[in-house]
Amino acid sequence: MLTLSHFLILGAILFAISVVGIFLNRKNLIIILMSIELMLLAVNLNFIAFSHYLQDLAGQVFVFFILTVAAAESAIGLAILVVLFRNLKTIHVDDLDSLKG
Amino acid sequence: MEFKTFVFYFLSVILVFAGLRVITARNPVHAALYLVLAFFTASGVWMLLQAEFLAIALVLVYVGAVMVLFLFVVMMLDINVDRIREGFWSYLPLGAIIGLLMAAEMGLVLGGNYLGLFESSVAQTSADFSNVQAVGRLMFTEYVYPFELASVILLVGIVAAVALTQREKRKNKAVDPSQQVFVKAKDRYRVLQMPAEKRD
Repeated sequence: MLTLSHFLILGAILFAISVVGIFLNRKNLIIILMSIELMLLAVNLNFIAFSHYLQDLAGQVFVFFILTVAAAESAIGLAILVVLFRNLKTIHVDDLDSLKG
Repeated sequence: MEFKTFVFYFLSVILVFAGLRVITARNPVHAALYLVLAFFTASGVWMLLQAEFLAIALVLVYVGAVMVLFLFVVMMLDINVDRIREGFWSYLPLGAIIGLLMAAEMGLVLGGNYLGLFESSVAQTSADFSNVQAVGRLMFTEYVYPFELASVILLVGIVAAVALTQREKRKNKAVDPSQQVFVKAKDRYRVLQMPAEKRD
């Protein structure tokens, strides 16, 4: 029988994978953005699982809003990436040092 | 094993595999395509949880819009794969340890009592129950203000993306005040001498 734990552990594994992805691809901005999308997917999975097992639709409405914000976020992130590439001709993380941080 | 359990494990294996390939794929295009696969299988898992509306929305919004945007951007950028992959495996030990720790901790908490959490079965919804209708009713009554705010966020996203990537100079009609103070009356209008014409 499927329990809430099954879905929560699947979400946890997915979240951990995307954290590892951010660690592994520290030089690659695009993969970092994709890892963030994967993280949001894991969080949404948790929301929907709780919404189903607690019989409360508010969780699904929340997921809808997360989807909206994530879509806007990735659009702006990719636009920043394009502008960055146009100005610097590279998106390598090591070259982004103009702020001397 | 129940059929639903089998479907769950089937989809989870594909989902975890796709997630792993997203973070290890050499080519960013492949990573984006594996992410599409991950979204598709996740939408299957959401179907299993009887969230049909969100499952369809995930495919439409993510696979249809966001991932296409990702693919376009990946293809527009000229990426030096070799340079971007340097030091990839040297981060693996640290990343793997942290990831395993996180997954194990969350698993210990969530899998409490050997997966017996919420053992009670959920009341089966009748066949004519419409998830879309229920979510829509909730969204347009109780959550109507957040819903409108979400549309504002999307508008901000559109404006920001267009403003950031616009290439040519902006064509606006703003006037430079320092130039405007030099204007004299005769620059603004001129009096023409025209002979009167006779009506025939």
